[in-house]
Amino acid sequence: MSLSTCAPCLFWQSSIGKKIVVALTGAFLVVFLAGHLVGNLLIFQSSESFNHYADFLHTMLHGWGIWLFRATMLVALALHIIATVQLTAANRIARPTRYQKDATMVASRSSRLMIWSGLTILVFFVFHILHYTVRVDGDLKQLADFHQNWAMTVAGFQSIPVVLFYILAMGLLCSHLSHGVGSIFQTLGLRTKKSANVINLFSKAYAVVLFFGFISIPVSICFFGLGEKEMNETIQKVEAAAKAGLTSLPDAGDKH
Amino acid sequence: MNLTLKVWRQYDIQDDGRLETYDAKDIPIEASFLEMLDIVNERIINDGGEPIHFDHDCREGICGQCSLTVNGIPHSKEQGITVCQLHMRKFKDGETIWIEPFRAKAFPLLRDLMVDRSAFDRIIAAGGFIDVRTGSAQDANNLPVAKTRAEASMDAAACIGCGACVAACKNASAMLFVSAKAAHLNLLPQGAPEKDKRVLGMVRQMDAEGFGNCTNLYECEAVCPKEISVENIARLNRDYAVALAKEAAV
Repeated sequence: MSLSTCAPCLFWQSSIGKKIVVALTGAFLVVFLAGHLVGNLLIFQSSESFNHYADFLHTMLHGWGIWLFRATMLVALALHIIATVQLTAANRIARPTRYQKDATMVASRSSRLMIWSGLTILVFFVFHILHYTVRVDGDLKQLADFHQNWAMTVAGFQSIPVVLFYILAMGLLCSHLSHGVGSIFQTLGLRTKKSANVINLFSKAYAVVLFFGFISIPVSICFFGLGEKEMNETIQKVEAAAKAGLTSLPDAGDKH
Repeated sequence: MNLTLKVWRQYDIQDDGRLETYDAKDIPIEASFLEMLDIVNERIINDGGEPIHFDHDCREGICGQCSLTVNGIPHSKEQGITVCQLHMRKFKDGETIWIEPFRAKAFPLLRDLMVDRSAFDRIIAAGGFIDVRTGSAQDANNLPVAKTRAEASMDAAACIGCGACVAACKNASAMLFVSAKAAHLNLLPQGAPEKDKRVLGMVRQMDAEGFGNCTNLYECEAVCPKEISVENIARLNRDYAVALAKEAAV
């Protein structure tokens, strides 16, 4: 079987096949975002429950769970991006001469800016990973080393430019999802005349709920001083413990 | 009424093409859009110039031959009509009207406002038919077809193949045309046995012709003179995935 005739190759090379890849990986990312938000909102409950949740993520399936998830996430993201960039490039080629007078009947601005909102979200994604997963900031890394993920998150949102960038990125994510969520249904052949309005509404509502859900955290921390006192106390404890050569806080009640 | 026209003039595919401005004076308000162009053309001919070339045939809104983009929208912003059914009363006196061809790589320009839409014919030839003779019309209800399927098939069959969907699509995708032509046969008992072969053949030909990819903007549905629903596109997406899986499994 040659490369050009194997079934997955034909699927990938065809217009519809590639879009189904975009829809399926998009669906995975959309569901992930909901889970990510629910987990993040634990920050409002208490530092204990948030840290416990972070520890759970790092220790599930004996520590393999998070890496399994990260690998899946990376594959999904890569496929989503490669497919959409290729589709967009093909779309540009399909209309070499543009209209001198261009007009739009029904397509929303969000739907026409998908590639740009998507690529900006990619930049944000890289920043976000460096910020909270790789932790290029040494202070955040130290808090995480002591399993103080709650204090790490609060400390990470003390800078106004960082928070503004998060809000901008979430705005673009909201725009991306408002078209993307509904598109999943259309591309997978699940949208009918009857369900079209419900799907459109669901798509927009999902995007808006995720936008306010995600920005509530940096906004509360940066502009309303959420957890400032407790964060400072934790930082002091962690620094004292680090000076004493400890690897975990003595009163943290180590759950391992 | 007096109008200013900005018309795309291009000698052939090699030519770069340009917008030229024409004064269309004393146009009767009851004229159709194509009649207005006829009047302008007669004056150009009288002045010894080359008339504006454009496609038209029935001028009744059913043949799918006329193909003008008016102010950036194929067949104009009026919904559910071809441009031959557009009348000058829809414009204001003194207005400037931009007239361009249907633009897509798969629709190579022939001259001025005329484009070659034979890519659509090749897509039909790749599967938009049934192989066996089905005979002449049978007695009513001899072949039971569910009401909803018959309606959906008839709605899809209303497609006149004008290409406005491609012209309106920001990606020059032909999905609305292909999905309508596939659905119209796939939904009926006569067409169902060859459904998978048809879907694969037509989609592959569509890709080979160089049309773009659908990004679910639904501009096509908005400009379609026959108001074909994008539900057909969802159906085609589904049918294609199933047909390809079956092809791989066999």
